Amino acid sequence: MSLADPTDATIAIDADEAARLRRRRLEKFGKWILPAAVLVLMLVIWDRIVVWNAIPHYILPGPRLVFETLIKDWAMLFEALLVTVQITLMALAVAVIGGVGLAVLFTQSRLVEMSFYPYAVILQVTPIVAIAPLIFIYVDSRIAGLLLCAWLVAFFPVLSNTTLGLNSADHNLRDLFRIYGASRWQTLRFLQLPSALPYFLGGLRIAGGLSLIGAVVAEYVAGTGGLKSGLAFRILEAGYRLNIPRMFAALILIAATGVIIFAGLSFLSHMLLRKWHESALKQDR
Amino acid sequence: MEQVDKTFNGNVVALKGMSLQVREGDFISLLGPSGCGKSTALRLISNLLHPTAGRITWTGAHETGDLGVVFQEPTLMPWATVAQNVWLPFRLRGKSYGEVKDQVLEALKLVGLEKFQTSYPRELSGGMKMRVSIARAMVTRPRLILMDEPFAALDEITRFKLNNDLLKLKEKIGCTVIFVTHSVFESVFLSDRIVVMAARPGRVITELEVDAEYPREETFRTSAEYAAYARQATDALHLAMGEAA
Repeated sequence: MSLADPTDATIAIDADEAARLRRRRLEKFGKWILPAAVLVLMLVIWDRIVVWNAIPHYILPGPRLVFETLIKDWAMLFEALLVTVQITLMALAVAVIGGVGLAVLFTQSRLVEMSFYPYAVILQVTPIVAIAPLIFIYVDSRIAGLLLCAWLVAFFPVLSNTTLGLNSADHNLRDLFRIYGASRWQTLRFLQLPSALPYFLGGLRIAGGLSLIGAVVAEYVAGTGGLKSGLAFRILEAGYRLNIPRMFAALILIAATGVIIFAGLSFLSHMLLRKWHESALKQDR
Repeated sequence: MEQVDKTFNGNVVALKGMSLQVREGDFISLLGPSGCGKSTALRLISNLLHPTAGRITWTGAHETGDLGVVFQEPTLMPWATVAQNVWLPFRLRGKSYGEVKDQVLEALKLVGLEKFQTSYPRELSGGMKMRVSIARAMVTRPRLILMDEPFAALDEITRFKLNNDLLKLKEKIGCTVIFVTHSVFESVFLSDRIVVMAARPGRVITELEVDAEYPREETFRTSAEYAAYARQATDALHLAMGEAA
């Protein structure tokens, strides 16, 4: 057999390679098409159930009505969405600052960690719904109360993941830093913080979802509409008025917000780690 | 030639009454079975551990920059580029990259990786990572470099290559090396003195001088002289193992 003509590159793809390419194409395609197909199917089933059983809209509205409500009430819902998103993002920011700050403090002083870690756990395991009413009794500012609730839910994953990450720095690298006479600050900055980054980002993704939950729960508890009401309050209000389509519309907005936060944080994580961390590397070899 | 004396008598379980005198420019191998305290000895020298009894003394001023270390693993920071990794010893002394860029590039050139300065460790092979680790240990031109079984995890071809290169590098820099190894052949090829150690408790059994001329080339590996030294070292090692058993 003669050597393959180098210009005839396509010949080089054998059956295995072709199968692999096909699989990859299918995966790329299926990742989007399949969930979309499921969505369409569910919407059709939902619609048919409502129509065939003649279910009144104050019990279960059809998807079309929900969508129309979303458009019709957009101005009001969007304003509420902004309030909720604002609380969520602020809580997330405070969770990051508080969580990372505490984690650094914990790793710098074993005494501080031993003293305060149990309380961080207690705050985390006590259901926020149980603490929230108390918070709104003692905290006058409604926005401060909401923030505090959302923060309480969100800060723990950041704290525990970052602490774990700060303590996970390679032991030989630690030794190396000691041999080179690195100061505490240098060790923290050049070794521990970069080591903790992947862990922190993992915690951040969880905290993003949790701060939305915290914000929504806090709004439920805080209740009072006031001038600026978030989505949770709109859901409550719509419930009292049996405006079920609006409840669904608000619910969709909340879910979409959660998805966007998660996707955004995943993207951030990918961008920060893509050059060096295993989790962000494609299987390219 | 400046004289570096070092004596320590660790009374820890790991090391018992170990004495070692290192002269400037020596290439010393610590050879012995697992658990004979070779690594402990290095940790004592690098001041990560303190001797229970006895002491370690340095002639002349001894600063942190006088020591370079290469571990069994390349121990690179995965988030930093090759050049940033080599910069580390300087960075920890508060030197900006601009100040020491020439030295960093020079060190990379010495290990043959000048083209990879912007690569990340994950993009390099095991041998190349080890070269980066060696460049980092040398970049400050330390008086003493400690190497803890640096090539144990590499394949033999890569190891031979790195052994050759290490000797050339040492020649160029003129530093002292203390090299921990499991391998008789590696220790004979590299060092001018082999310290054979025994385990439980870790102690020095004997010291062997390897009088072959530097620079040692690939031909040294197959010479009768080399075989004779390897035999001596092997016998000494057997003695050490026999005593421990």
